[in-house]
Amino acid sequence: MAATAIAEGIQKVRHGSISKNRRRALFWSYVFLVIFAVFFLTPPLYMLITSLKSSAEIAAITNPWFVYHPTLENYAALLDQQVFLVFMRNSIVVSLCVVAITMLISVPAAFALARMKFWGSGVLATGVFLTYLVPESLLFIPLFKIFAFVHQYTGIELINHWWVLIVLYPTLSVPFATWIMIGYFASIPKEIDEAALIDGAGYIQMLTKIFIPVALPGIIAATIFAFTVSWADFLYPLAFTTSTDQLVLPVGIITTLIKGDVYNWGQIMAGSLLCAAPPLIVYAFLMDYYIAGLTAGATKG
Amino acid sequence: MADAAIRGIHVPAAGSGVTIRRLARRKSTIAFVMTLPLMLLILALVIYPAFYSMYLATLNKSMQYFVGLSNFTFLFKRETFWLVVKQSVIFAVSAVFFKALFGFFIANFVNTLPVKGQRKWRGMLLVPWVIPTAISTITWFWLFDPDYSAFNWVLRHLGIAPISWLGVANWARFSVILVNVWYGAPFFLIMYLAALKSVPEQLYEAAEIDGASWWQRLWYVTLPMMRNIISITVLFSLIVTFANFDIVRILTNGGPVDQTQVFATWAFQLGIQGNDIPLGASVSLFMFPILAISAVFILRGVRKRSEEM
Repeated sequence: MAATAIAEGIQKVRHGSISKNRRRALFWSYVFLVIFAVFFLTPPLYMLITSLKSSAEIAAITNPWFVYHPTLENYAALLDQQVFLVFMRNSIVVSLCVVAITMLISVPAAFALARMKFWGSGVLATGVFLTYLVPESLLFIPLFKIFAFVHQYTGIELINHWWVLIVLYPTLSVPFATWIMIGYFASIPKEIDEAALIDGAGYIQMLTKIFIPVALPGIIAATIFAFTVSWADFLYPLAFTTSTDQLVLPVGIITTLIKGDVYNWGQIMAGSLLCAAPPLIVYAFLMDYYIAGLTAGATKG
Repeated sequence: MADAAIRGIHVPAAGSGVTIRRLARRKSTIAFVMTLPLMLLILALVIYPAFYSMYLATLNKSMQYFVGLSNFTFLFKRETFWLVVKQSVIFAVSAVFFKALFGFFIANFVNTLPVKGQRKWRGMLLVPWVIPTAISTITWFWLFDPDYSAFNWVLRHLGIAPISWLGVANWARFSVILVNVWYGAPFFLIMYLAALKSVPEQLYEAAEIDGASWWQRLWYVTLPMMRNIISITVLFSLIVTFANFDIVRILTNGGPVDQTQVFATWAFQLGIQGNDIPLGASVSLFMFPILAISAVFILRGVRKRSEEM
């Protein structure tokens, strides 16, 4: 069938017709898209396949791409482990707190930077963008030392406590969230705030009554971003938390579920799928906001 | 408006000058308060650590006395260091190249589909970007498992000898790049697809009437129109890929024998696990130049792009 379609395609070119040309392009687009879709979806599908296998089936080295005796025992075993539930609780609490902190910091800041031009506001906006480009792999070593200092002088132990992530993750989420919010706020017509000022509204009222409702898509996009970043981070929790009851999901799955036991992979993949599920669900329902947030970074501001 | 605010302060109290001045003072105070948490966060947890790391790099292992640049001269003498430099550059450049290439072509393929079907494909193809990297990398690790590799199972059934994906230096490097591309290409796809939507349809119609082939349209219409967004995404991805930690750490942990080690993972190994914080800081500082250069160009690109929009 493919061969005839290609043959047809070649004939079409000979005729030089635009619509036939397009049909040929469409055919090849589908071919390549299917190839790439297979490449992109193989790991998540394999995650699902392995998670449905029993240890015995994994050990038997049957067809790895097929489940002969699907079972949910891995999920049951995982959710029965106290330690896994602790990872989950830590991840959920950290992510929710980070989302709240991110929005509380970045929305007012973005409003001030986009609308209330003041001395240094341009430099600060650029600085926010540059901070977004500073990777965590440059910062974790000095932060480690700084935390040791804090402990030495104030007695507050920051290392090996899951809540320290609530302090650290905003450095990853706030700059980008602020940057895209500046873009969304800047796109609101200036006449609106002039009208609001004349009507006697203060800046705070202007923000809560006009800007936040109008820029709601941007706020949703920034919220999604803050959530996915804090849910997925691996380096900071790996560097700053070690006890099993202080870990978050990604690090917990990778450091504690892998115990050198080969047949444990069913559980590891089940845990991975449970960890990947929240971002995937958010993405499935709010895809347009997700993508708008992603693309806004390069165009707005 | 900014001018008015500044002038407002200097205007002598004449008529409406008083209210303007009060407004200006109130405005800048409010603005300062609103941005204060942001500034504190950036200062305390980004700028201060960044500079502190430069100071740390000049200390001895127990951080008791100043040793100048001897951490760096020590690194320069080590073979592993040059291996890390080479690998970091090779990984970043080749992974970004293939991400951009795949992203660009997939975006064009998606864009030729009827509008109704595009959403479905876009949704499906962005999945790698949505899954936490650590989680997808552990899945790749399992796919590459020496005894249970699902890829080797397929190869065996095709009559090809199994490959030691993570055990041999060059295959391990290939695997690291592959996972990087798998994770990053969807990001390029989304950025380019959005950019493609802003290329005027008339250009393509004109090119088609002139008899331009699919390739010619891509080369002479699409590429020039997207030059700016391509450079922004490439530079951005260069930073992210160069500084990437998760993929190498989980997939190979730098092995076999440091043959896939990159700056981020080596800094972690020396600084946190080896307890030599100054040396770890010195290693991570080598990421700084490439970041700074890319950042300057990205900023320029973003500015230009906002002016175009």
